[in-house]
Amino acid sequence: MRGLLGKKLGMTHIFTTGGVDIPVSVIEAGSCVVTQVKTVERDGYSAVQVGFDDAKESRTTKPLMGHFAKSGSRPKRFLREIRVDDVSGVEPGQEIGVSIFKEGEYIDVSGISKGKGFAGVMKRWGFAGAPASHGTHGAKRKAGSIASHGSNLGMGGQIKKGKKMAGHMGNERVTVQSLLLVRVDEENNLLFVRGGVPGPAGGYLIVREAVKVNG
Amino acid sequence: MKLEFLEKEQLRTDLPAFRIGDTLAVHLKIIEGDRERIQVFQGTLIGRKGRDVKETIVLRRISFGEGVERTFYLHSPRIARIEVTRKGKVRRAKLYYLRSRSGKKAKVKERVG
Repeated sequence: MRGLLGKKLGMTHIFTTGGVDIPVSVIEAGSCVVTQVKTVERDGYSAVQVGFDDAKESRTTKPLMGHFAKSGSRPKRFLREIRVDDVSGVEPGQEIGVSIFKEGEYIDVSGISKGKGFAGVMKRWGFAGAPASHGTHGAKRKAGSIASHGSNLGMGGQIKKGKKMAGHMGNERVTVQSLLLVRVDEENNLLFVRGGVPGPAGGYLIVREAVKVNG
Repeated sequence: MKLEFLEKEQLRTDLPAFRIGDTLAVHLKIIEGDRERIQVFQGTLIGRKGRDVKETIVLRRISFGEGVERTFYLHSPRIARIEVTRKGKVRRAKLYYLRSRSGKKAKVKERVG
């Protein structure tokens, strides 16, 4: 079981002993509580449900209070499942902290990215826009042509599905893979990760062992 | 939770007091292979920004007739020592105006006391 829930605290620098400065995101990850263990026999798949960040009892619904009571956990604000193949050794009510990760390891971090609202194609897709002068009129940030009669072979002049256009940007789930764990602070349950992680400071994150790099 | 308490422990306490306009000599540790030596960069302090571990200072000097500016992380362990070699008297927080001046006009007045 190699996953945690956490909260982004923000970014800072860390100096190594050699004097190299590393930009790091600080994640408060834990302590987390196992609220439910799902098994293939009973649920059709195996996973561990984890809770993070205490919630007020008065703000928690009665059905949820019942769910937390089963594992003996206090009500939590953030509940997510982490898929694992082997759930042996994981018990409801068990506490997990950053000690499951070691410095120098690589992790994947998922979260909800900052919302950018309805964004144009230049911001959303990096389009070049139109020339600023030489007769350009009212089209400096426009996308240009999106299709023509008979374009996109076989589509008969329709606009191709998935065509990059203006629309809502951000506020979606984003995973950043293979981030280096620079430091693990077990006392305060903090993870120091090289580089940025999705979302605003204070946003909830899911931290898992890296899928692509391992070691 | 704020990040400040994490950054505090990385801060240096051995830095001298200096102000914008002062001339500083920054003694930098340079690692070449397995040898370590000290390189000194001396220049006028023309800017200071950021706070805690992210604080940087900008030094400007004229080197072989060419203006050279270098930015240092103030709390970097690569800085062995900082020396104030001359105190300057200025009325601005950023001395970017020195860039467009040369000769005697680009000199910062000395602060007495």
